[in-house]
Amino acid sequence: MGAADQNTITRQKPRLMLAEPMLTMRGIVRNFGDVQALRGVDVTVYPGEVLGIVGESGSGKSTLLRMMNLEDTPEAGSYHLSLPDHQDSNLFSLDRFQRRMLRARHIGIVYQNPHIGLLMGHTSSGNVAERLLVAGNRNFAELRERARLSLAASEFPVERMDATPRELSGGMQQRVQLAKAIALEPAVLLLDEPTTGLDVSVQALVLDTLKRLQRDRAITMVLVSHDLGVIRTMADRVVVMRRGEVVEQGLADQIFQDPQHPYTQQLVHAKL
Amino acid sequence: MTKNMPAAETVLSVQGLSKQFEMHHLKRTLYAFDNLDFDLRKGEFILLKGENGAGKSTLLRTLYRSYLPRAGHVWYHTAEGMIDLACAADVDIAVLRQREIGFVTQFLNARPRVAADEIVAEPLRLAGTPHADALVEARRWLSAFGVKKQLWAAYPSTFSGGEQQKVNLARALILPQRLLLLDEPTASLDRDARKALVDRLAELKEAGVAMIGVFHHPEDVEHLIDRELHLKAIKIEDEADHVVE
Amino acid sequence: MSLKDLTKPWTAFNYGFLDESAKRELRRKMLKAIAIPGYQVPYASREVPMARGWGTGGLQVTLTLLKPDAVVKVIDQGADDSVNAVSIRKFFNRVGGSAETEDTSQATIIQSRHRVPEEKLRADQVLVLQVPNPEPLRPVQPDMSIAREMHGDADYGQLWLVLYEQLVKSGRIMQGTEYPSLVNGRYVITPSPIPRWDVKKLHQAEHLTFLSAGREKRIYAIPPFTNVEPLVFDDVPYRVEDHQDKTCYRTDVTGFFMNELPQEDGSSLYELSDSNFGIKHLKNSQGETLTIGETWYKNGRMD
Repeated sequence: MGAADQNTITRQKPRLMLAEPMLTMRGIVRNFGDVQALRGVDVTVYPGEVLGIVGESGSGKSTLLRMMNLEDTPEAGSYHLSLPDHQDSNLFSLDRFQRRMLRARHIGIVYQNPHIGLLMGHTSSGNVAERLLVAGNRNFAELRERARLSLAASEFPVERMDATPRELSGGMQQRVQLAKAIALEPAVLLLDEPTTGLDVSVQALVLDTLKRLQRDRAITMVLVSHDLGVIRTMADRVVVMRRGEVVEQGLADQIFQDPQHPYTQQLVHAKL
Repeated sequence: MTKNMPAAETVLSVQGLSKQFEMHHLKRTLYAFDNLDFDLRKGEFILLKGENGAGKSTLLRTLYRSYLPRAGHVWYHTAEGMIDLACAADVDIAVLRQREIGFVTQFLNARPRVAADEIVAEPLRLAGTPHADALVEARRWLSAFGVKKQLWAAYPSTFSGGEQQKVNLARALILPQRLLLLDEPTASLDRDARKALVDRLAELKEAGVAMIGVFHHPEDVEHLIDRELHLKAIKIEDEADHVVE
Repeated sequence: MSLKDLTKPWTAFNYGFLDESAKRELRRKMLKAIAIPGYQVPYASREVPMARGWGTGGLQVTLTLLKPDAVVKVIDQGADDSVNAVSIRKFFNRVGGSAETEDTSQATIIQSRHRVPEEKLRADQVLVLQVPNPEPLRPVQPDMSIAREMHGDADYGQLWLVLYEQLVKSGRIMQGTEYPSLVNGRYVITPSPIPRWDVKKLHQAEHLTFLSAGREKRIYAIPPFTNVEPLVFDDVPYRVEDHQDKTCYRTDVTGFFMNELPQEDGSSLYELSDSNFGIKHLKNSQGETLTIGETWYKNGRMD
């Protein structure tokens, strides 16, 4: 972290409080051919917070999020989630099946593109139910009720719960994705540009829903966006990435009011 | 980094605190304040004075860690020991902000599209008060600050600046914090609301809240002030002159 | 006829029509299918003198199992006397010298299209089901390479989802045949287009069942005494067709799977779908004393 080096404060971090990390990634290295997508990235996410990851295209933020969803394995690095049954294991050492089960039970994700996150030919309630089914729920009435509750929590109009996503607007599709992601109360909710491509007004409403969910359920979220406005509205802490590295991280208000790294300053001031 | 154990009632000890802004893209440095030392005790009220640009707001924001100090320490005393707010982990700062350290400004920083009473009730809810009770309390404060009843369920983003500020103040003051940083909370408030605010501050001071702040109308809070802290604008003209394009 | 007579160098084809290497391959694949219940084993699927889709998969399995003392029964939708069933049965006799039978209890190999006989099969009998589409995931995943990954992961959420949506849209499960079923707690299979009525007969059965798709080149098996559980929700019980109360108009037998015969006046008559089972009842009513084997269903129920 270049900025910290210039700082005369010895950046010891006396830990006083009780917050134990929910998600810890250490030394993530990922190369695609000659391209170094991630060059030793460390990220920590604490329970109940929203961590924003910003950076330009190609900064590695989406690759990092895919790592968190165990869709990809890095050349080096470790990944821990604070889960009772995976306390000490590096999640990258899990096999495909274990990853799938872990993902189904403990990780929720909302993609920018609903075609990736949703089964477009199935009903919206079915999309939510599928996640419960994968986790082993076999009671029809309960599936239906839980799908309805989850959709309602995402502020989806539940009277349309049996419409297919194809028949819904982009904003509604994102709400279905969200309902699916939170159906099992995930340890961490990953949001990959969740409102990019929506109208500004719809985007604001979806962000409101996310905020409300975060407040009422204290869901731990990781939000990736290139849109500083979205990050500013949502995030408690911000990680700034550039060319596969974390250049700066801090409390959201500090990153936006007093950015240290030249790149962050450029980014923040370009927006203002 | 050893420090003599201060008197038990000390909340904050600031030592050699300096702040400057490195404007990388302009290739220049802005100096705010340098080598500040002061203590703040329980129930104490410090008024910050100084001309425009002397760094009063900057100091408050540095104490709150919206700004990162360049050097020095901000020792915050808790029952479990001291923590240096200047370099504590972000997550610890976030926890302290939620529980113990409040920052009051004239600017609304709550989310749009949440009802005013819900915004005010939120700190109580986070502290574990049942929703209904929190709402009752929130409405009491809104009416104390003179926010009309018909606005309680409306979104503050549609309010006038003054009304927004009142919502903001009610939210910031509803829960007794341990340390309150006040950045011109009375600016642009009408007389009644100003009185409500000052009454609440007196009440909090009585309850032992340590406060440090900048006030547009210091005469409002005159009876609360224990000490004044004068800041002087720093004029350093070394690096700033070597602007290389 | 003995095996010696049938394997003379001057015969027009090898014993059992298929050449030995083809049979060897099939035997290996069949053993593998037994070893991994419900897993679809790919096989070469040779050309046989019958069009793909007419039971070539079942035919190849039966030809591989054939020996001169085999007794073969072939049924088509429960009937022994359809053109296709008769032709296939004759073919086995010609190329393998096996005996033909219509009696379920006499047969050692039963090749069937779309039915499991009503009489219980024994441990010394093999049921060979012809399968048009072996892939239960095809309706939800057209890409077969992804479908195979899903089998690998036991990722059957979407199959459940299909059933969920049938319940949502129609209030009941609409899956008539090919009811997806979990074999030995691991692989979901489609049990070929047998009715729901017959799926339960495969559960913990004494006999060995092969399911073979000639066109799709896949073979899978249900070994004896293996769990076969149709996918059902806890609160929505598995329902077989409503044939418990139907009575066969020819035999007066009640409580078995029926063929519906629509009448001119809009009503329907019913007859036993398992023709040999019906014939045995008819003959006995005319004074003969044929042994009718134990049946899976009793009084229209199977418990």
